[in-house]
Amino acid sequence: MRVTTGSIARDSGATGSVARGSGARDSEAAGSVARGSGAAGSVARGSGAAGSVARGSGATGTVARGSKQAWSGSVVGRLAVAVAVTLAIALVMAFLLLPIVALFTYQPVHDLIDGLGSKVATDAILVSLKTNSIAFAIMLGLGTPFAYVLGRRRFPGRSLVITLVEVPLVLPPAVAGLGLLVAFGRFGLLGHTLSAFGVDLAFTQAAVVLAILFVASPFYLRGAIAAFEAVDQTLLDVAGTLGAGPVRRMLRVAIPLASGGLGAAAAVAFARGIGEFGATILFAGSFQGTTQTLPLAVYSLFDANLDQAIAIGVLLIIVSAAILLASKLLLGSWTSSKSISPYREGPSSFAQT
Amino acid sequence: MERPHAGRIALGDQLWFDARRGINLSAERRRIGYLPQDYGLFPHLDVAANVRFAGRRDRPDLLERVGIAHLAGAKPRDLSGGERQRAALARALAREPRVLLLDEPFGALDAITRRQVRDQLADLLKALALPTLVVTHSFEDATILAERIAVIHAGRVVQVASAKEILREPATAMVAELTGANILEGIATPTAFGSTIMLTHGGKLLSSTTASGPVQIVVQPWELELADPASSMLSDSVLGVHSDHGRLIVRLTRFTIHADPQDVARFALTEGEPVGLQAKPTDIRVLTPTEAPPARSGSPHPLSDRTHPLSDRT
Repeated sequence: MRVTTGSIARDSGATGSVARGSGARDSEAAGSVARGSGAAGSVARGSGAAGSVARGSGATGTVARGSKQAWSGSVVGRLAVAVAVTLAIALVMAFLLLPIVALFTYQPVHDLIDGLGSKVATDAILVSLKTNSIAFAIMLGLGTPFAYVLGRRRFPGRSLVITLVEVPLVLPPAVAGLGLLVAFGRFGLLGHTLSAFGVDLAFTQAAVVLAILFVASPFYLRGAIAAFEAVDQTLLDVAGTLGAGPVRRMLRVAIPLASGGLGAAAAVAFARGIGEFGATILFAGSFQGTTQTLPLAVYSLFDANLDQAIAIGVLLIIVSAAILLASKLLLGSWTSSKSISPYREGPSSFAQT
Repeated sequence: MERPHAGRIALGDQLWFDARRGINLSAERRRIGYLPQDYGLFPHLDVAANVRFAGRRDRPDLLERVGIAHLAGAKPRDLSGGERQRAALARALAREPRVLLLDEPFGALDAITRRQVRDQLADLLKALALPTLVVTHSFEDATILAERIAVIHAGRVVQVASAKEILREPATAMVAELTGANILEGIATPTAFGSTIMLTHGGKLLSSTTASGPVQIVVQPWELELADPASSMLSDSVLGVHSDHGRLIVRLTRFTIHADPQDVARFALTEGEPVGLQAKPTDIRVLTPTEAPPARSGSPHPLSDRTHPLSDRT
């Protein structure tokens, strides 16, 4: 006759134990798992005998193993892994969400709205809106055909071009701003030429647009190229035989088919553009009303008026979350609508209506 | 789509491609109705919009003609294979093409649908009376759809003829194999009325073709008749009998033949047992193992066939 009991207990708020029922018969075995820290779960395993749950802090126990049953080791191991993983996930989530939650709960909503109504905030909102819209329009208008060509045509040096297009992605934003300054600033590479035409780019609103374009367009181009690459060549060929020239093929076939991927790429690029700080502040400066975008306003308000800074921060979070949601929805609808399964059998369901 | 290295493509009096003269008309300018294997319907447009893409205006008449007027508002993913094919056809026709190109028209269909669709397509193509080029790997489909069949092997046109001609006089062993014929090797000895063929693995056949030396003989499954093994020049062992669309197919070790139920019963076909075979000498075609056409061929050499199917005006 074998009686086996065992338990494992864990401290620090989360306790669990594996208890194996002490039945009078050898073949009886029971166990249960209990989990602490707010989430309770139990797994009861048994072949006829009942199990018991023990919960407590500071409880200690021993693991005893019945020689007939060899499953104890793996159960304990699996349990330990499960608990560890849960803890890890909880920690990571807490780390990521806490700053956001903190911002939202710092002040009552009423104060948030007041903060957003201040002159600094409204100026920043207008600057951000205007510069991002212009940059976005340029990005889509010029970037889309560019991505189309890059995505569908093979030419010597193609991979080099694509890699170059992605360079701003790995460039630290401040360095990007520095580069823009040195290239387009009054005494920079192109600056002399531009000044001759009376164009002075640095520290103007145009500079903001350029900075946003520089850092955000690689995000768009990368996604757009991938989206265009995925378009079925056969469909473009068929469009050609139906009389569509290259432009019409791009506009009426390629872009609609790639639209989900394009939208998702645009969303990512837009989010990057809205949040752009380093390049903007170096190349365009932080002048309220002209070049002070929302992120720049946060930085400038940080010392003087923390409340307003936080209000703007909350606004930016909401905008970012909205963009994230939009991009997920766009990508989801794209992948589902582009599939026509070639193997539909029998009469169509449509005909039956 | 692809630019050939050499050659010439013309439709009637319109020159589309000429390597020597450097002419290459873009696809948009050639009036082709092209159906790829999966029909190439634009998934983001409904049927009516797909047709509109080609013709720049609505064409309910074309939808009506192919029999899917009631599906004008449906999206391609909601259609069955046969319906998609018809939608793609309607769209191609909206372009008012001078030629239709169909690539494996039944490749994307399941076995049951494809027969129905095939028969309907055959009727439709006849009614349209447009020059049509159909690419298919199925000889049976080709016989139903086409007036003339060009057999292509390893990139070369091997024979261009009607289905009947091809069955009667296959140009090479490969063509014969395509039609499902029996091909066997043997040695031919000329005789007064043709030749006697001693088959490599036993048995003898008489052919009305005069030939000598190593040959391949071609005989269609329905041209062989069952006979008493004791009194036949040729016999073979039965592997099995099965039914295919109402026809009885008898598989033997070296031959496949079509048979009547009465004959199967009369000769008591049993697995493993030999059965005799006989055929008319005119049905035993002889191919000499070279690229040359058969000795008795009445049709012109396939590679010098000047009347290209598509340039034929009649």
